[in-house]
Amino acid sequence: MKLIVEMLSYPFLVRAFVGGILVSLCAALLGVSLVLKRYSMIGDGLSHVSFGALSVALAAGWAPLTVSIPVVVLAAFFLLRLTENSKVRSDGAIAMISAVSLATGIVATSLTTGLTTDVSSYMFGSILAMTPADVKLSAGLSAVVLGLFLFCYNKIFAVTFDENFARATGVNVSLYNILTAVLTAVTIVLGMRMMGAMLISSLIIFPALTSMRLFKSFKGVVLSSGLVAVVCFCGGMIGSYRFSTPAGASVVLANMGAFGLFWLTARIREVWYGRKK
Amino acid sequence: MSALITCSHVDFGYENHDAVVDLTMEVEEGDYFCVVGVNGSGKSTLVKGLLGLLKPTKGTLVVSEELKKTGIGYLPQQTAAQRDFPATVYEVVISGALARRGNRPFYRRQEKEMAASAMEKLGIEDLKRRCYRELSGGQQQRVLIARALCAARKLLILDEPVTGLDPWAIQDFYNLTRRLNREGVTIFMVTHDVANAVGHATKILHLRQKTLFFGTPKEYAGTSEGREFLGGGLI
Repeated sequence: MKLIVEMLSYPFLVRAFVGGILVSLCAALLGVSLVLKRYSMIGDGLSHVSFGALSVALAAGWAPLTVSIPVVVLAAFFLLRLTENSKVRSDGAIAMISAVSLATGIVATSLTTGLTTDVSSYMFGSILAMTPADVKLSAGLSAVVLGLFLFCYNKIFAVTFDENFARATGVNVSLYNILTAVLTAVTIVLGMRMMGAMLISSLIIFPALTSMRLFKSFKGVVLSSGLVAVVCFCGGMIGSYRFSTPAGASVVLANMGAFGLFWLTARIREVWYGRKK
Repeated sequence: MSALITCSHVDFGYENHDAVVDLTMEVEEGDYFCVVGVNGSGKSTLVKGLLGLLKPTKGTLVVSEELKKTGIGYLPQQTAAQRDFPATVYEVVISGALARRGNRPFYRRQEKEMAASAMEKLGIEDLKRRCYRELSGGQQQRVLIARALCAARKLLILDEPVTGLDPWAIQDFYNLTRRLNREGVTIFMVTHDVANAVGHATKILHLRQKTLFFGTPKEYAGTSEGREFLGGGLI
């Protein structure tokens, strides 16, 4: 408890907490839909694109967010379209785009500033990265994501479960896919500098996969994902402060712990019910 | 008997090729309508056209006023992602009522009652709280039919509904759809399962871009296409 109070006396840590909690909540909610639609790799691909865009912006001296958000949104459109037109195998395409963006970023920086601490913090995240502007942007983002899940929950369910049926009953499926892509892109750009390009996609994938171990209804999975994301983020941050470990990596390990816990509980429940029968 | 859907000389297709050419047919109230044909013969395109997801490139497609009001219940082919989807049976069934709800964010009692009665009709009330992914193929099928009934009571369009089901589930499925048909639901089905289709249908449409045959199963069994497809004289 004393530890938390101590942490909250630093303004930059308060910003990291607020911004991080909001971003992980958004990532987890969007993640449920992405994971269930088999788009898990898109998060990973987008984070690499985001890394490339940020490094190029940094090398050229442009404002990082104003460059990378449009680029990543474009990449998100492109990747979703790839998955919809099944002519091109999307997993291969995503792997290719990831590598190319990473390479572009590295070449751009080594040509100009060299691999500085800035670049390394984009790779593995930095707790200092949350600026007041970022916090405001994450507040706006989470308002949109929460609003979407609150008012269009049933449509999100229908689109996630069965796009063809949803389309036939008159739901504007493309609109929802585009909306998801844009929101995911913004979430990744915002969270990336704190979590790191290599680690941000875990915020999208882990809470959904963890919750799916234990919950059998869509509603259960959505609620639990949000909760797991927030708890794991706070746990990871406190651990990172206590043991002076990088914030992003600590959050990922906290998520891994939660996954193990949920898996174990599910196993125990299975064995327990199995014995009863 | 009134026609629910009337096609006269309709072409359906994509940008530069027509998948269905010069189709003339009627789906009437009370029909058990089966469309057969090899892969790529335009069956799925036809379904898209009837659902209004694809505009005819030629000819006229008339949907009766009655059907416009009630809508069409649709059972798409199952996707791999659905098989391990965490959702309760109830969540899946009530999602069929989405179209009726318009832009209100939540379901009203009327829609909840529809979901309940659809589940009752298919004998899956006791599965209500069960997880969709834990059900057998046949049970999942029933859940999806219940969802389609939640969307519309008049006409069900089924796209290759028996693919991947075991023989018992298939028999069960035909008994079920026959029962629904007797209770007044018009069935329109695209299928590879020709032998069963001919046994249950009231109308057969054999498609290969053009219409190879349109008529009753009895007549169909007498044609050369029918004999070829049925493997030489099963019926």
